[in-house]
Amino acid sequence: MAEPALSIRGLTKVYGNDFHALKGIDLNVPQGDFFALLGPNGAGKSTTLGIVCSLVNKTAGQVKVFGVDIDTNFSLAKYHLGVVPQEFNFNQFEKVYDIVLTQAGYYGMPMREARPRARQLLEDLGLWDKRDNVARMLSGGMKRRLMIARALIHRPKLLILDEPTAGVDIELRRSMWEYMRRINREEGTTIILTTHYLEEAENLCRNIAIINHGEIVKNTTMRELLAELDTETFILDVSGPVEALPDIEGLERVAHDDSQLQLSVKKGQRLNDVFKALNDAHVDVVSMRNRANRLEELFVNLVAEQNQAGEIRS
Amino acid sequence: MSMRQIWVAFFTIVTKEIRRFMRIWPQTLLPPSITMTMYFIIFGNLIGARVGEMDGVPYIDYIVPGLIMMSVITNSYSNVASSFFSNKFQRSVEEMVVSPMPDWVILLGFIVGGVARGLAVGAIVTGVSLFFTDVQVHHPFLTMLVVLMTAVLFSIGGFINSLLAKKFDDISIVPIFVLTPLTYLGGVFYSINTLPELWQNISMINPILYMVNTFRYGILGVSDIDAGGAIAAISMFIVVFYILALWLLKRGQGIRS
Ligand SMILES: Nc1ncnc2c1ncn2[C@@H]1O[C@H](COP(=O)(O)OP(=O)(O)OP(=O)(O)O)[C@@H](O)[C@H]1O
Ligand SMILES: [Mg+2]
Repeated sequence: MAEPALSIRGLTKVYGNDFHALKGIDLNVPQGDFFALLGPNGAGKSTTLGIVCSLVNKTAGQVKVFGVDIDTNFSLAKYHLGVVPQEFNFNQFEKVYDIVLTQAGYYGMPMREARPRARQLLEDLGLWDKRDNVARMLSGGMKRRLMIARALIHRPKLLILDEPTAGVDIELRRSMWEYMRRINREEGTTIILTTHYLEEAENLCRNIAIINHGEIVKNTTMRELLAELDTETFILDVSGPVEALPDIEGLERVAHDDSQLQLSVKKGQRLNDVFKALNDAHVDVVSMRNRANRLEELFVNLVAEQNQAGEIRS
Repeated sequence: MSMRQIWVAFFTIVTKEIRRFMRIWPQTLLPPSITMTMYFIIFGNLIGARVGEMDGVPYIDYIVPGLIMMSVITNSYSNVASSFFSNKFQRSVEEMVVSPMPDWVILLGFIVGGVARGLAVGAIVTGVSLFFTDVQVHHPFLTMLVVLMTAVLFSIGGFINSLLAKKFDDISIVPIFVLTPLTYLGGVFYSINTLPELWQNISMINPILYMVNTFRYGILGVSDIDAGGAIAAISMFIVVFYILALWLLKRGQGIRS
């Protein structure tokens, strides 16, 4: 079998202030994957990715990038990586084009090869018109895209994206998704993504790990994870106040609002029966939507469960 | 990385560094030219005329080599210190850290950048000095060697300073409290022969004295110390500083948490 794009064993990080940010995590990202690393703020996502690309020193554990151990040949491991960090980390006073070209230089790419490649990337990401602007003058979303162009300049086999769509508007976010899907599909680039937009992860990613308090609480395929969801919650907008709630399992009023009902549907429960009962009770349903995106529902449950477990232990 | 790729990466840092100080020349190249012109006028011409000779040469000729060295020292040091520190400050140092470039390439790139600035300013100051006196270089090879080694040494010093610095103020502490006093006391303006014996002996532990005097010997052919020993001592400092800088960089001192 091909080496995984990223393999992490027993990775531990204790920061200088004695804070245990990672408590021995294991992670495997197969080649060609589109992988989501999710977790609440402070869970340890950036720490994990930072260790992989050498922005953070690890305390213990093993990290391999395409089979190359970062302890034995970090230079080669880094050559395979493209990194889009969470925080802007370019010189704000440098020009967009120069930032991308300089990065090419650091990877040993000669200028005559780097120039057309940089142009292509900046065009693809809608930044070519801005190439002579200093980075400081870009909008937040443009800065994110600049970091993506910079990360891709040397054709990395593994692209690490730490919240690449934070602060990016919906339309642009969609076009970035399209772009990421394309390089994943057409160029076979393995992508690891962290995001707080769970809909984004659900849309893009095949495999997923959820991390909380420095521990992996879930690591599975997106499909299996979503299949675990045993109830889905819908919000029903109804016209006019509802006199008496029909006797349907999982149906309740949303406390503060008479024109909304909330319905938790168990797996296997048929919606037809539900609607028949609603109809018989003369409840007029105007519209219906998911209370949360499916992944969001799972995520919130998992994290809450682990937090509770943590409280009991401590 | 292949040798070719390493060369490209190295070349990228060096050109970037040189472009940086050229672009901001009013802050980097102009001030030393003005300050040194003042020194030449005031110490060289006005006061120098009263001083007469120092170690058997006219005073202006005596201080020219010292002032050139002083410019080389402060400029190589502050070039690397401020350039690398602002890379840290802007976090663009991460662009280098995530790249496959070996640490020694980063270090060497910045050293060459600092040397380039030191030598550029040295050349400008030498050019200015020609308006005040005409200096013959007695030992061109030794002169070039010692100025080059000095620029290398202080570039490394600036690098170490920027790795350890946490805020912008931290990169001016060493120049103000260490470099300037050592340079002024390092025989730029006077021969240590004019000092009482105790102070002569104390002066001998100042490394800058050896650089300044060896350089002066290269130009004027007069010196109060042994040139060969000085070159050996500077080489040793370079090796020690280089190893220290590389070790700090590998550890990610001030870069990686
Ligand atoms: N340099 C540091 N020194 C000390 N503690 C740190 C440092 N960097 C991060 N931490 C701590 O480590 C934990 C994990 O941080 P990390 O940045 O990995 O979280 P994250 O999952 O990326 O969160 P977010 O979604 O907010 O980006 C946090 O509690 C954070 O406070
Ligand atoms: Mg983060």
